[in-house]
Amino acid sequence: MDLLYDTLFNGLAIGSVLVLAALGLAVVFGLMGVINMAHGELMMLGAYTTFVVQNIFKAVLPDALFPIYILVAIPLAFLVSGLAGLLLEKTVIRRLYGRPLETLLATWGVSLILQQFVRSVSSAFAIGLVLAVAGGLLIPRFTPKAWWQQRWTPLLGTGSWIVSGAVGIAIASALGNQRALDQPWFSARNIDVTAPTWLRGSIDVGAVNMPAARLFIIALTVIALVAVSWFLQKSVWGMRIRAVTQNRPMSDCLGIPTEKVDALTFLIGSGLAGVAGVAVTLLGSVGPNLGGNYIVDCFMVVVLGGVGKLAGTVLAALGIGVLSYIVGSGSLLLVWPAMPAGLNDLITFFATTSMAKVLVFALIVVFLQIRPAGLFPQKGRMVEA
Amino acid sequence: MADLLASRQLRRWLPWVLIVVAALVLPALLPPFRLNLLGRFLSLGIVALGIDLIWGYTGMLSLGQGIFFALGGYALGMYLQLDSLEPGQLPEFFSLYGVKSLPAFWQPFNSPLFTLFAIWVIPALVAGGLGYLVFRNRIKGVYFSILTQAALLVFFNFFNGQQKLINGTNGLKTDTAVIFGQLVGSDGMQRALFWITVLLAIGAFLLCRWLTRGRFGDALIAIRDDEPRLRFTGYNPTAYKTVVFAVAGALAGISGALYTVQSGIISPQYMAVPFSIEMVIWVAVGGRGTLIGAVLGAVLINYAKSLVSEALPETWLFIQGGLFLLVVTALPDGLVGWWRSGGPASLLALVAPPPKLATYPELDLNPEVKAEQQQLEGPAGGDQS
Amino acid sequence: MTLLELRGVTVSFDGFLALNDLNLQLAPGELRAVIGPNGAGKTTFLDVITGKVRPTKGDVFFRGRSLVGQSEHRISRLGIGRKFQTPRVYQNLTPRRNLELAVRGPHGPAALLFGSLSSEQRDRVQHLLGVVGLEVHANQPAGGLSHGQKQWLEIAMLVAQDPELLLVDEPVAGLTDEETARTSELLRQLAGDHTVLVIEHDMEFIRDLQAPVTVLHEGHVLCEGSMDQVQNDPRVIEVYLGRDIQEDEA
Repeated sequence: MDLLYDTLFNGLAIGSVLVLAALGLAVVFGLMGVINMAHGELMMLGAYTTFVVQNIFKAVLPDALFPIYILVAIPLAFLVSGLAGLLLEKTVIRRLYGRPLETLLATWGVSLILQQFVRSVSSAFAIGLVLAVAGGLLIPRFTPKAWWQQRWTPLLGTGSWIVSGAVGIAIASALGNQRALDQPWFSARNIDVTAPTWLRGSIDVGAVNMPAARLFIIALTVIALVAVSWFLQKSVWGMRIRAVTQNRPMSDCLGIPTEKVDALTFLIGSGLAGVAGVAVTLLGSVGPNLGGNYIVDCFMVVVLGGVGKLAGTVLAALGIGVLSYIVGSGSLLLVWPAMPAGLNDLITFFATTSMAKVLVFALIVVFLQIRPAGLFPQKGRMVEA
Repeated sequence: MADLLASRQLRRWLPWVLIVVAALVLPALLPPFRLNLLGRFLSLGIVALGIDLIWGYTGMLSLGQGIFFALGGYALGMYLQLDSLEPGQLPEFFSLYGVKSLPAFWQPFNSPLFTLFAIWVIPALVAGGLGYLVFRNRIKGVYFSILTQAALLVFFNFFNGQQKLINGTNGLKTDTAVIFGQLVGSDGMQRALFWITVLLAIGAFLLCRWLTRGRFGDALIAIRDDEPRLRFTGYNPTAYKTVVFAVAGALAGISGALYTVQSGIISPQYMAVPFSIEMVIWVAVGGRGTLIGAVLGAVLINYAKSLVSEALPETWLFIQGGLFLLVVTALPDGLVGWWRSGGPASLLALVAPPPKLATYPELDLNPEVKAEQQQLEGPAGGDQS
Repeated sequence: MTLLELRGVTVSFDGFLALNDLNLQLAPGELRAVIGPNGAGKTTFLDVITGKVRPTKGDVFFRGRSLVGQSEHRISRLGIGRKFQTPRVYQNLTPRRNLELAVRGPHGPAALLFGSLSSEQRDRVQHLLGVVGLEVHANQPAGGLSHGQKQWLEIAMLVAQDPELLLVDEPVAGLTDEETARTSELLRQLAGDHTVLVIEHDMEFIRDLQAPVTVLHEGHVLCEGSMDQVQNDPRVIEVYLGRDIQEDEA
């Protein structure tokens, strides 16, 4: 029996990371019908923010403050990922409204760029990048106005960006000759975040051993869920978000600033990814590829949970998390040692993390045969107009 | 110059002329290594054709073509493993995992005839089966995309995890296998494989052209544009989508087999998530909805990739990510689409002196009038290939 | 003998009754107009017949066979064609190809791949292009047609299908007076050989059809009769006509 609780607890912990990770994705998908392939990379940004905050606490601030660094990291990660998401929405996604497949591809491109960015960013790189962007934005200011009203202005615009990009690259590589500036900030290696001592122990309840880090993650998930549902249900902007989710054209007519709602939703969804990134650092070392490990699972949560209901997301995420853990750890064998040999072989066959995914996916496909629209389908004439 | 670029005939035939010239001249000019690369890229063009069928024409974005690509590769790889053995021997890797007898599913791959069919029939059946289960439930759009991606991850996990069945993450090497008394990796064999690839690519192209030219192709476009409408006309889109997805799967299988023997190994890496999305971007850059664009895109992008990866490997992800963004926002019809719609001429028009107008200016500039003039000059549009 | 019969059809969207115990019968060869204020359930009513929406209660019979639970394409193959409220043509195909897809005949993948259009079908397409005046535009993408041309193309597609029952949703919205008159003439010609059910807001057009009228209100049949009878029915005046005039002006 204790073993059962133990399994459930661990499954719950894994599931709650998934809830946290998928929550932002589901909110954004529900509102804009946009699948953000860079969501995993926004999580990664959150994880790297945690790493940076930890290093600052270690290096600069008194030791006594170190235990609370993670509490500082959470809002900062929310902010960093949220702002990155906002930038993504303003520059890319907004242009692709109503073209979900193109958005998917574009955000995938962004995810590649973000991955490589954390691998190669160094001081020289950052300086070059800032100069290139500044150049591209400023050239129109410092050139004759008349140039920007010609037929060939598009060429000039593209050209000015190419030139400032080339200048940025040249400066970056010139600066790169200096060892100190060329040192990558993170490099392609995995980074490790040291959990503060109060998150390293564990609490025993009965015979169930609950690692504090996992309890912390579960608590964080609950808090995030309560906050998000409070925001969506009670706040003015939350109500606007729900209105736009249900009927965008009508909301537009009623004077709801749908563009602002989109931006805000994207900020919140991305910020939640950042918070999930903080949680992930507590589970082990993280690297530039972090996003890829979570993103497909998050998508499965969205497919299974349907859109527009938080309960669907939570239920789907916990279901997938718990099921994956139970199957993957082979704990069914321990709970029920006397099972028939055939079943035993079958369960052993699937008892690795990756094979558990195989089984869970098969179950999802079977489930979709019965409920094609997920756990909580939407109804009415608006569906598939 | 602008007139020349604007001429419909030139726009239509120039890509073809370039291709024929390239196919005739390159084998004589290129060193074996480069020729081998070209052969590989051309085989990737075949999987791109399949993606164009399902995405460019039918509007279904599959992020899981790697499944079928790798299945074709594995089918051929298994045959080559067995073919070079003495009777009663087992492929070497089996002994590492203590496997004493050949697993049952390997047995049919002793037969060259079976393998020849398995390369494309197995991927087609898997694609058709998976597709049917998904299409039957009217799952489409981004839901379809992320389900295919999840399926891809599942297959990846399966092949990666099953050491005892399929040599897991190490994959199967093919370049040391012997066929017709020749080493598969030898220059002569590779040259022959290049020609086989060229022939099969042409065959695949003609097949896709046949599929898209007539009323069947019209039905695919109708599914892309307005699937529910087609239902009310008495069509069952599920049947069409299943057929076309299976065809794309078969093409992917052939492509994977050709790619495998030309690169010397088949491993689960061919089922990695990023590779399958890359395939989509080849089609997007070349021009979706144009078959020639799919092949061209596959060859061009991979060639660029190999060049960049040799010189500055760490920049490739930036370039690739940028390509995703660029093609989606600025070049939605890809290079071929841009070319056909008079892109080069409009680019020239930006810098050339303004056109002299012979008649009432509105008539000369009115796009509708222009379209009607083109109607009268040439045969009907809309039958692009 | 009835061709189409709806028996006590109720459709509920999360408690909202789009159709409420709807009963309706159509005789073969009949031309019938259906009117009703916005939200009366007119489009849902077509959705139920064509299989897009499954009734919560009640049944739909076509030539004595129940349609409930059948998929859209099967219902269409039984001989029920539909024109949509906003014209839905395949934008990237030419009018000719739009019609070639719609024209009556086998609609399976194999038939389209290996078969070709019979000369009869080809003639039919050519004839219909002439009827709706799209011969000039036959070979340019339908997306470039004007609204009225798209309306006519969709009507032509419906006719090409040669269904026994034609369900026509707002065929004259956005058409000029002359086009409207021609549409009503076309529909009257079709009736007799075919059974036609027209949904429309345009009262002049309905009067022009000289057909029995069914008035829907809140998902229920309010009354049936000739245009004159219906217009003088106090219930109709109360729920419908008074409001409709204001709406038309708005």
